[in-house]
Amino acid sequence: MIPPQFDYVRPSSLDDALRILTEREGEAKLLAGGYSLIPLLKLRLAQPGLLVDLRDVGGMAGIVHSDDWISIGARTTHAEIHAHASEGDKLPFLAEVAGGIGDPQVRNWGTIGGSVAHADPASDWSAALIALRADIVCRSTTGERVVNAREFFLDTFVTALEPTEVITEIRIPRRPRHAGAAYDMLERKAGDFSTAGSAAVIQLADDGTIAKAGIGLTGVAETPFAVTDAEAALTGQRPSEEVFRAAGAAAGAQSRPVSDVRGPVEYKRAMAAEMTVRALRRATQRAMAYG
Amino acid sequence: MTTQHISLTVNGETREADVEPRLLLVHLIRDVFGLTGTHIGCDTSHCGACTVHVNGTSAKACTMLAVQADGTAIKTIEGMADGATLHPLQQGFWDQHGLQCGFCTPGMIMQAASLLAENPDPSEAEIREGISGNLCRCTGYVNIVKAIQQAAGEMRAAAEVPADQAAAAAS
Repeated sequence: MIPPQFDYVRPSSLDDALRILTEREGEAKLLAGGYSLIPLLKLRLAQPGLLVDLRDVGGMAGIVHSDDWISIGARTTHAEIHAHASEGDKLPFLAEVAGGIGDPQVRNWGTIGGSVAHADPASDWSAALIALRADIVCRSTTGERVVNAREFFLDTFVTALEPTEVITEIRIPRRPRHAGAAYDMLERKAGDFSTAGSAAVIQLADDGTIAKAGIGLTGVAETPFAVTDAEAALTGQRPSEEVFRAAGAAAGAQSRPVSDVRGPVEYKRAMAAEMTVRALRRATQRAMAYG
Repeated sequence: MTTQHISLTVNGETREADVEPRLLLVHLIRDVFGLTGTHIGCDTSHCGACTVHVNGTSAKACTMLAVQADGTAIKTIEGMADGATLHPLQQGFWDQHGLQCGFCTPGMIMQAASLLAENPDPSEAEIREGISGNLCRCTGYVNIVKAIQQAAGEMRAAAEVPADQAAAAAS
């Protein structure tokens, strides 16, 4: 398969990239790792007039810990995030999300910013960032804008990112006390997109009840989404299998899957529920273990 | 559409080309440079038959543009053997019957080399995970895993020799 014709530029600074995006508004598409965009080009689902390769743009890569955030540069690859998060098992949730994406070659080149901007309906990062209530930092020639992940993913391949903006970083709130997270997904075969994936974040109050919950589901709607009904069902409750099952049922009910090669609607709803229960069990175990 | 001039090294040799931006790296390697050891299998980033190393990192050459590889160092299956001496992975695939039709083999070997560079002593599970982006439709993977295990053992043994010599020289 041969992509359609396009022009290609490789600016050496973010300012140059932003200027080009503004000059060629609506015509230009950003290229990072290429593992989402190039397949779309080959299928001719995307036909941009210009590709702006971010390879030589300085910064926008790496992971920085501050008092408030874990900040991940948009050009950081899944493999880099996995390696960082796996060191000393310090960020098990990010490690399991990053390490479960695609296959080793995809993780070597695919980036978190590219994945977020691409907004595949079965994207792992989208569900995780929604559960974490992470912020997505978008830059244009006129300044910077921060959009929460819960407002970012609008529809299949559609996000709140403007055509003149670049995602520069992802900001994940630092883990509060008594909080833990887990990601469980079902894949049909190695390296496949999730049939259903659920990211769960649980924060416990001092009395052991659930103070705050975040659940992001992927693969079971037109775009990954926050399972607000499940979050409401969990908040204020003492963690138990019964409470997790109720949240799982809410996740299944709030899903809007379509029947396809990965299964019929009823199966996908059931798997959304089951993945949510599994993620909640492990997130709660981690929340208790961390103190 | 204007063509772009690119310069890169392929198996240590400097190569230049004028390419359309839409040219895929795998087509540059095969059609422009004539190195047909890198195979095109699925052409959709699933099968890994086109796996090469870009600056030492394994990549699916069907999912990278030639212009993205400008200035990089590419290694393909043709760069693995040392003259007539096969790379330990090539020897392993030969000895353990790690191939039947052989179509997946170049990509499988390049990905296995990448895996062993990161993890010289992988478990069977780590090998299977490490080649999960490479599909083989003949072997059932059993002999591929054995081939990689054989190569890993030989490469570790070879790496220990200089250390022993260094120790002998120091004593």
